[in-house]
Amino acid sequence: MTEQVLLDVRDLRTEFKTGRKQSVTAVNGVSFQVRSGEIVGLVGESGCGKSVTSLSIMQLFRNTNGKVTGGEVFLKGKNLLTCSEKEMRAIRGKEISMIFQEPMSSLNPSMRIDAQLIEAIRLHTDLDKKAARAHALDMLGRVGIANPEMVLRSFPHQLSGGMSQRVMIAMAMCCDPTVLIADEPTTALDVTIQAQILQLMRKIRAENDTGILLITHDLGVVAEMCSRVIVMYAGRIVEEAPVEELFACPKHPYTQGLIASVPKLGSGVTSLPSIPGSVPDLSMMPEGCKFAPRCSKACDRCHKEEPALFDLGGDRKSRCWLHESEQVKSTKKEAAV
Amino acid sequence: MTPLLSVKNVTKTFPAGKGMKASKARVHAVNNISFDIYPGETFSVVGESGCGKSTTGRLVDHLLVPDSGEIWFNGQDISKLSEKEMRPLRKDIQMIFQDPNGSLNPRMRVEDLVAEPLLVHTNLSAGERLKVVHELLQIVGLGAKHARRYPHEFSGGQRQRIGIARALTVRPKLIIADEPVSALDVSIQAQVLNLMQKLQQDYDLTYLFISHDLSVVEMISDRIAVMYLGSIVELAPKKELYGNPKHPYTKALLSAVPIPDPTANREHELLQGDIPSTINLPVGCPFQTRCPRCTEACKQKPIEPRDLGNGHIVSCIHIDD
Repeated sequence: MTEQVLLDVRDLRTEFKTGRKQSVTAVNGVSFQVRSGEIVGLVGESGCGKSVTSLSIMQLFRNTNGKVTGGEVFLKGKNLLTCSEKEMRAIRGKEISMIFQEPMSSLNPSMRIDAQLIEAIRLHTDLDKKAARAHALDMLGRVGIANPEMVLRSFPHQLSGGMSQRVMIAMAMCCDPTVLIADEPTTALDVTIQAQILQLMRKIRAENDTGILLITHDLGVVAEMCSRVIVMYAGRIVEEAPVEELFACPKHPYTQGLIASVPKLGSGVTSLPSIPGSVPDLSMMPEGCKFAPRCSKACDRCHKEEPALFDLGGDRKSRCWLHESEQVKSTKKEAAV
Repeated sequence: MTPLLSVKNVTKTFPAGKGMKASKARVHAVNNISFDIYPGETFSVVGESGCGKSTTGRLVDHLLVPDSGEIWFNGQDISKLSEKEMRPLRKDIQMIFQDPNGSLNPRMRVEDLVAEPLLVHTNLSAGERLKVVHELLQIVGLGAKHARRYPHEFSGGQRQRIGIARALTVRPKLIIADEPVSALDVSIQAQVLNLMQKLQQDYDLTYLFISHDLSVVEMISDRIAVMYLGSIVELAPKKELYGNPKHPYTKALLSAVPIPDPTANREHELLQGDIPSTINLPVGCPFQTRCPRCTEACKQKPIEPRDLGNGHIVSCIHIDD
């Protein structure tokens, strides 16, 4: 493979303390890679652990009851989980950046845009104030803001949602990070603005060869943007596949249900297949496969034993007993040798 | 067929700013809109944030009073009724809200929440009310065992079912559903939409469905009005609107929706710019600042809606070329 692996998450496990001796596992044994110039989609419904995965990678758990309790996160070969807070601060924003769902609440409301952008630039480079301002102007122009001078002088409340998200993207991209994590970047935006922002993200990827981890619940956005997709359910990866294959023949019953339940524009259907029940509570996880209580194909074994994430070859993986026989054995043999 | 609801040339403005910051400027939330809703149909209002779709819903429910224009419900102009005169009619118009957390009182049990409309509108005894509540909870897919619980013990989808059960208790004619599925996950969204469709058939309901999601609207509606900046720019039956959109805004809106199919041909007609402020509405077409086909004529005077036949009404002067 010619593409370089930028981000390599291995067996990540994140727990939240809910009481003195109790905790819930929000992310359990999650492993995936993001290669250069690739947009990887991380999809799932609320509470499946997709945002916690991104926060774990960025180590943004200080002063909360959350803690990464296992696994490794390699960014270009360096394990982020063993970095000190000081080291992380140098890495965040420079090597790996993040954009959040709510552009309005992610910007400091009492600081002008220029101060916020210049702060981010000067923290990671040795540019002086003037050069940093010039760079900020240039970045705003690159994210498609028509009058960057005026935006620089504005306070966040004077900007619209789409405009603030552009500023957030400019801020995230100002030090040319190798990996960008976008956590529901367009969920708070209107469709016409969403289309503009998605276009911008595609442009950034093409120009800088940035590896992007796109977290979303919107399968439409995934189909438009991503080359590979990871589907999460109840803190686990249940399926991984190249985007065309995922939509053409989803393997895991959850993915199948998820894709079927999305209304498609222009399809003319008037009723939708739906998945019965709802996502299990993290503190009351069923034994065995976590999807079994809602799964139409579940058998006795599914309720007792949890399947592993079977490697089906060709970048496809599925956590379902139905696909146990299809798994590629090569990895096991290599390990034995 | 006579319409169940007729909205005629309704305008609603709000003062811009509050308290010390209040000024003479007005926010034009809804601007001279007209539409009819017929019994048994699902009429949807779709548009982006700030287009006035929620204000429209609140006007119909008499939670807001229009500045001008008339709202006829069941042969009666309700727009000028006092709150007291309106109360008996409230039984016929019920509402389902977007946020099931915010619309259910966290300190009331489900049985009390669902029974409240009965307490207001009927003379049923406590036992009779409870019977109706249990029956309705069953109908929306919950059980009698849920009746003694509090809202926080339910998931988002279940809470929305409680909201639906509450709206149904008094057997309304019209249900206004303001973004009822936007806060829900897709798998749950499908459950709630299917439930709403089933109830419509079983109870002969008419829906005013307000949403920003064009795919959801296509699934559930019979006729659709597209709003932009307080005006209805296009109104048509579902097949017409999705198959033959005429207004440049409708076209742009439809083409901006991401298609959940990686093999689909995606040529987006990208709109430039943002929605302008509703304080200083442009003269003429509201869409002129972002429209790719805008000409001088669009900025001269308000655009008259044109009826293209089979119920397709468009407010654009460029639909012929």
